[in-house]
Amino acid sequence: MYRVTMRNETSLPEFRDHVRVLIGARIKPAAVTFSTTESADLFGEAPPADRKVPAFTVPGAYVELAQTVLCHRDPARFALLYELLWRLLHDDRKLMSIHSDPLLHKLRQMEKSVRRDLHKMTAFLRFRKVEDETGERYIAWFEPQHLILGAAAAFFIKRFANMRWSILTPDGTLNWDTNELGYGPAVPKAQAPQDDAMEDWWKSYYASTFNPARVNPEMMRGEMPKRYWKNLPEASLIPGMIAAARTRTGAMLDTAPTAPRQNKAGDIVMREFFASDAPQENLVAGTLAALRVEAGSCRRCPLYSQATQTVFGEGPERAPVVFVGEQPGDQEDLGGKPFIGPAGQMFDRALEEAGVDRAMVYVTNAVKHFKFEPRGKRRIHQKPNASEVEHCHWWLERELALIQPKLVVALGATAMKALIGKDVRITEMRGRLLTIRDGLTIVPTVHPSYLLRLPDAAAKAAEYAHFVEDLTAVARYLPEIAKAA
Amino acid sequence: MVSPDLKNKLEILADAAKYDASCASSGAPKRDSKGSGGIGSTTGAGICHSYTPDGRCVSLLKILLTNSCIFDCTYCISRRSSNVRRARFTVDEVVRLTLEFYKRNYIEGLFLSSGIIRDADYTMEQLVEVARRLRVDHQFRGYIHLKAIPEASQDLIAQAGRHADRLSINIELPTENGLKQYAPEKKQTTIRGTMARLKLKIDEVKAERKAPRFSPSGQSTQMIVGADGANDATILTTSASLYASYGLRRIYYSAFSPIPDSSRALPLKAPPLMREHRLYQADWLMRYYGFDSSEILAGDAAGMLDLEVDPKFAWALRNRARFPLDVNVAPREMLLRVPGLGARTVDRMIETRRHKTLRLDDIARLKGALKRARPFIVTPDHRPV
Repeated sequence: MYRVTMRNETSLPEFRDHVRVLIGARIKPAAVTFSTTESADLFGEAPPADRKVPAFTVPGAYVELAQTVLCHRDPARFALLYELLWRLLHDDRKLMSIHSDPLLHKLRQMEKSVRRDLHKMTAFLRFRKVEDETGERYIAWFEPQHLILGAAAAFFIKRFANMRWSILTPDGTLNWDTNELGYGPAVPKAQAPQDDAMEDWWKSYYASTFNPARVNPEMMRGEMPKRYWKNLPEASLIPGMIAAARTRTGAMLDTAPTAPRQNKAGDIVMREFFASDAPQENLVAGTLAALRVEAGSCRRCPLYSQATQTVFGEGPERAPVVFVGEQPGDQEDLGGKPFIGPAGQMFDRALEEAGVDRAMVYVTNAVKHFKFEPRGKRRIHQKPNASEVEHCHWWLERELALIQPKLVVALGATAMKALIGKDVRITEMRGRLLTIRDGLTIVPTVHPSYLLRLPDAAAKAAEYAHFVEDLTAVARYLPEIAKAA
Repeated sequence: MVSPDLKNKLEILADAAKYDASCASSGAPKRDSKGSGGIGSTTGAGICHSYTPDGRCVSLLKILLTNSCIFDCTYCISRRSSNVRRARFTVDEVVRLTLEFYKRNYIEGLFLSSGIIRDADYTMEQLVEVARRLRVDHQFRGYIHLKAIPEASQDLIAQAGRHADRLSINIELPTENGLKQYAPEKKQTTIRGTMARLKLKIDEVKAERKAPRFSPSGQSTQMIVGADGANDATILTTSASLYASYGLRRIYYSAFSPIPDSSRALPLKAPPLMREHRLYQADWLMRYYGFDSSEILAGDAAGMLDLEVDPKFAWALRNRARFPLDVNVAPREMLLRVPGLGARTVDRMIETRRHKTLRLDDIARLKGALKRARPFIVTPDHRPV
């Protein structure tokens, strides 16, 4: 039987040195016992340390696991870790991926327990301020479940780098002087300060932030086990808070509502808020600006309920040409402007190439709210249905009546549907001038998003060129929208 | 600092803030106080420093700057017509309280909200000033969550985003009708419009490495459950659309709670805590388990989540034909639908089964309790009857 004694029982480098010797000497897990200096095992001999150790590597996941598990209080941890190492090197290099292995599972449970303890230390440790001739100092007493003092130091240094503090525990102390970390021996709890003036404030806050109507002590105890309570200043309030919760809630439910408080100043503000609120269905706006405001509260179809805002048309009041798209997309919905997303950018580029001055044209959509299907963190565009197009037609009609353009360019089938009330195939009608009622002249072409969807690069280029041609024809028809050379 | 008056204020303004369920202190970029001259750090994960007997965590100092408000939202304890005591902190008082609490390791940082006083901009200015003083004057590196007031100017919201780790705007109620009825001064378009602007700004800053910081921990919102008549299906539809539209980190569901001096317009009853819990479970199914908002309640006429069983189990019962699943071959997206199997367990199962065939005791070790999953899975040594 061989014996290994850990002098610093949480030290990964020391553990590594020991197990390298053991592995080198091919000492099986069953043939070695581990102990700490405190519980030194008198039996057994030291492994032969002078043997040359062959180089070997272990998976990073093992090193990480060992580092944490070494902080566990269970004296069996060294032997368990060595057994896992032995099996990793001799039986199965993939063992770290076999999560259901009983040994790995047990070590993972130990790791979890240490991690939880570390987390709870960062959460439940409370400093108390003391002042002496050298200035302020913050001192905490904490009783960790595992040997985590060293592992916890980095957190407190980072958080309180410019405070002088000490953490006292039954396993030892940490001292930080804003510059250097010192370790000291364990001290009794009595050496920690017994009070801090801020604790009253903290307790007031704790009591006030509690909602008695939601009392659920089991849930609290699950997250904040009772063994931590003795060092938490606020915990002394818990029994009283639970006891009074039912009465407090009952009193709230039993008390009849009091008369609302009157407040003249508030009521004036109120009127201002209501001023532009009600949907003004009967109002026929005389200007585009007024129409835009009206459309802002449109509830003619249900699309408004999940959209951000009405995306109204944009462009000069007397534009010679109006481009009508399908509906705003994701970017348009967020930004509140038409044609600013990927399709809008392609549209801008095509206009530019066709020599059209974007500032001279009016752009709008057949449907003015974005229709989509949520898919995780994204929104998938959905084609508006006939009823939505029909309802929104109300706005499009008024836009056209106010602008009185010489030409309307319908981008895609939905725009055509909105303008002539019929389903048509764009490919069959594209580029043809159609005169409909009131002498309104329409020319259909594709929607730029159609170009974006084409998977084949060559087809995309050809279709794009065709689209630019259509726009060039529009520019020839209306010389006034051409860009100044 | 010790004045009874200030303590009264703390009690009033913490009490008024507690109906906001948000408590997260996670997601901030990692930073610490070394070389800063100040205090504070963020590790990426949040820390809950205490728990109150309602089971809720205490992570941030959650207070209102003032509980005076010109709005009259029926469900709110601070509404204009309520007879509660009013109080108001000065900017400096909030700054000092935050620092003193933080130094003693009581909190991760500050969650500051406010009733609307004078106007939205004036109130927002005060909130921003607290954050600015903490960050700039005191080099505070802890967590700051500010409530963005939707009606405030864009410039102020931008300043808030520079100092805060997270901004939130409460959607308040799941439907516009609910909002009209119970929060008449708030408007859905204003709320959603501000969320949209926040999203655009957050995305813009993320895309550009050198851009000044803006709410690095994103935005969240809160919905009150049980005050208006919206059913769970409506709530989940709204949630799915909010997550998809504005990249929200979280939606908090807050069971409408009876409040002291409550309004006549609301029914006096205990808060629907189990309903709130089921909504959180359904929310997780949408975000981490690949469920679509519409399928969680598909086949349920009333559109309400079952209070007796969790939504994943209820779904599995309605879709029995899809089970049992052979855990050694089933794809991840189906394993995630097995009641009792969490996302972590599923990932470990998938890694493990590359190297060995999973038997029932393997699953038991991967998972802990096996009871819930057992009727839905097949292993070489187990087939449910």
